[in-house]
Amino acid sequence: MSLSDVTMSPAGGAAAARSSALLSVRGVKTYYGNIIALKGVDLDVHEGEIVTLIGANGAGKSTLMMTIFGNPRAREGTITYAGRDITRLPTHEIARLNMAQSPEGRRIFPRMTVFENLQMGAAVNGFAHFDEDLERVCKMFPRLKERLQQRGGTLSGGEQQMLAIARALMSRPRLLLLDEPSLGLAPLIVRQIFSVIRELNEKDGMTIFLVEQNAYHALKLAHRAYVMVTGTITMSGTGRELLENPQVQAAYLEGGRH
Amino acid sequence: MNAPQPTTATMTQQRPAPANGDFTTALKDAGLATLVTFGLSIPILSFRTDQSQANELYLRPRWGLVLVACALVFALRFVLRLYGVRWAAARQVARSRKEAIRTTTEKPRGLAHRLLALAVPVFLGVALAFPLLSYFAAGGLTESRYWVDLGILILTYVMLGWGLNIVVGLAGLLDLGYVAFYAVGAYSYALLSTTFGLSFWICLPVAGILAAFWGILLGFPVLRLRGDYLAIVTLAFGEIIRLVLINWVELTNGGAGITSIPRVSFFGVPFTNEEGGFASLFGLEFSPMHRVIFLYYLILGLALLTNFVTLRLRRLPVGRAWEALREDEIACRSLGINTRNTKLTAFALGAMFGGIAGSFFAVRQGFVSPESFNFLESATILAIVVLGGMGSQVGVAVAAVLMVGGPEMLRNLGFLKAVFGEGFDPNEYRLLLFGLAMVAMMVWRPRGLISHREPSVALGVRKAISGALVKEGHG
Repeated sequence: MSLSDVTMSPAGGAAAARSSALLSVRGVKTYYGNIIALKGVDLDVHEGEIVTLIGANGAGKSTLMMTIFGNPRAREGTITYAGRDITRLPTHEIARLNMAQSPEGRRIFPRMTVFENLQMGAAVNGFAHFDEDLERVCKMFPRLKERLQQRGGTLSGGEQQMLAIARALMSRPRLLLLDEPSLGLAPLIVRQIFSVIRELNEKDGMTIFLVEQNAYHALKLAHRAYVMVTGTITMSGTGRELLENPQVQAAYLEGGRH
Repeated sequence: MNAPQPTTATMTQQRPAPANGDFTTALKDAGLATLVTFGLSIPILSFRTDQSQANELYLRPRWGLVLVACALVFALRFVLRLYGVRWAAARQVARSRKEAIRTTTEKPRGLAHRLLALAVPVFLGVALAFPLLSYFAAGGLTESRYWVDLGILILTYVMLGWGLNIVVGLAGLLDLGYVAFYAVGAYSYALLSTTFGLSFWICLPVAGILAAFWGILLGFPVLRLRGDYLAIVTLAFGEIIRLVLINWVELTNGGAGITSIPRVSFFGVPFTNEEGGFASLFGLEFSPMHRVIFLYYLILGLALLTNFVTLRLRRLPVGRAWEALREDEIACRSLGINTRNTKLTAFALGAMFGGIAGSFFAVRQGFVSPESFNFLESATILAIVVLGGMGSQVGVAVAAVLMVGGPEMLRNLGFLKAVFGEGFDPNEYRLLLFGLAMVAMMVWRPRGLISHREPSVALGVRKAISGALVKEGHG
């Protein structure tokens, strides 16, 4: 792909210099068996930012997200979160550091009710603010409120996605990782989910790292963004910069028509 | 949400709890209950008809028994009244504190649900009265032995099914070697009692702990395995235990097994026909059935304990974690659940109940040998869990009755001779009929008898959704 030889834009460097990062990924290499999936990734997420990672299928976006969560582990490089090296920590201990994830494919618990799913999300911080948080996510996703007693598996795809995000929010994370929240959803619901993400960032100051295929929406939302091609970061900059970048437009935005 | 609100304020208003008033009301209440008991005792307990040497009936007064019954009722009622109320009030406070987990006891809707709600008390009632029922049905204490023995057998499998249900039904770990823990429990009691002379009541918890230890030992190497691979390793584990029992002759006496294991005692009082035995202590005529009936209630108690613990744990974080693990392991981990510990607790707890059931088996048989712990046992227990509907406690109980009682019932199909002629022996066909029934089951109810999962937390009205509508978890 022609994007691979584009250098880092200056704006990306400027943002990185702003403060020390909440999450920083340095030279991370991840393998599936002998196949290399991430070929040395560098990436920063600062406190209070929305950072988007876009890329084609198989670029390694989800792998990066899972690697940050310690499953699979990075074979080389370091991942630092809130000043702590988490590269070798097991997944559940990373989750206890106030980082939450809405994983690829939603992964809700299908035989448990919506309410029980939300409880699972709150278990990590010991139900400290359960009622309050329940009310908050119900307000955010009124559809879930109607279906609290319904089994997760009987929800529609969009509702399951809402549940996955709501479940991640129940632990009041400092950093929220979202893997393709718009996957397979109707445009109206996509817009709703993106407005929730913006609200979380603006009102609650939550730091969000977003992996997306839906580049247009994701870049519009993002403070900063990265482009990943076959396991390496090829471009970075502010969301707007990348939106206007002709190469990004050609590769991910169908020539800018959206 | 229109959840009912039994707040602490209204509860305490309904139940004024002044310390002194409590005492006198409890005393009055207990006195009344005792009076009723006394009244009931006169026609039921106080006289017994016996045959004299000359074959004449005469009445034998048993006022001592009446006194014992009255005293028991008085003490129980008094304690319940005095502490039960306080306990309930304390529980209410604790419950309102746990705002996070709100539970309601609203009546479930729907026919299936109502039947299910009815099934539990009916089952419990039948189980409690079973020795009495079989006494009347068979027309005598000694004659009812077959039925009570069958009841014990069924309840043993109910307990094993409930124990395995923790591992397979709740945590979703397919365990084909469950019989290993049953064997560990049985041999623990057999060896500890024959070599060190330890009593059954000490060995029971010890057997449970030993089995739990073996559960953890099995758990460690298989932590990373799931599904078929886990099944193969657990199957091998079951066989290893059996082969060790056969080949370690110095310890286990090999294939000959361990004989003359001490019988169960009534909390220290032996069931013998001697002075100081159970019968003479309670003024009863000696009958070997006393021991059998005691064994029946013992296994009933143990099984109910298993059920109680499981039901409580399901509401606690660890129980929920098991269920979450069954549905999606990766999601579990990213929600901060330590999947290793969760799996190990499931293995350990399941194994513990298997071990306790095993030591019950040993004390009942008085003889253990490796023969009793073959793969067929594991398969039967697993079939009970799967047939009952993974994770459903009632389903497992029903399945155990069908799986263990069913083939026994088929022994008594004498009427088929009328259809197929005199030469027909129903005994030869009972396993065939049973197999057909199993196939039919799996065609019509492939997810088990009770396939829907009862939410452990209910907000307002419960909605039942058939398990068939719900997709299985991946991963």
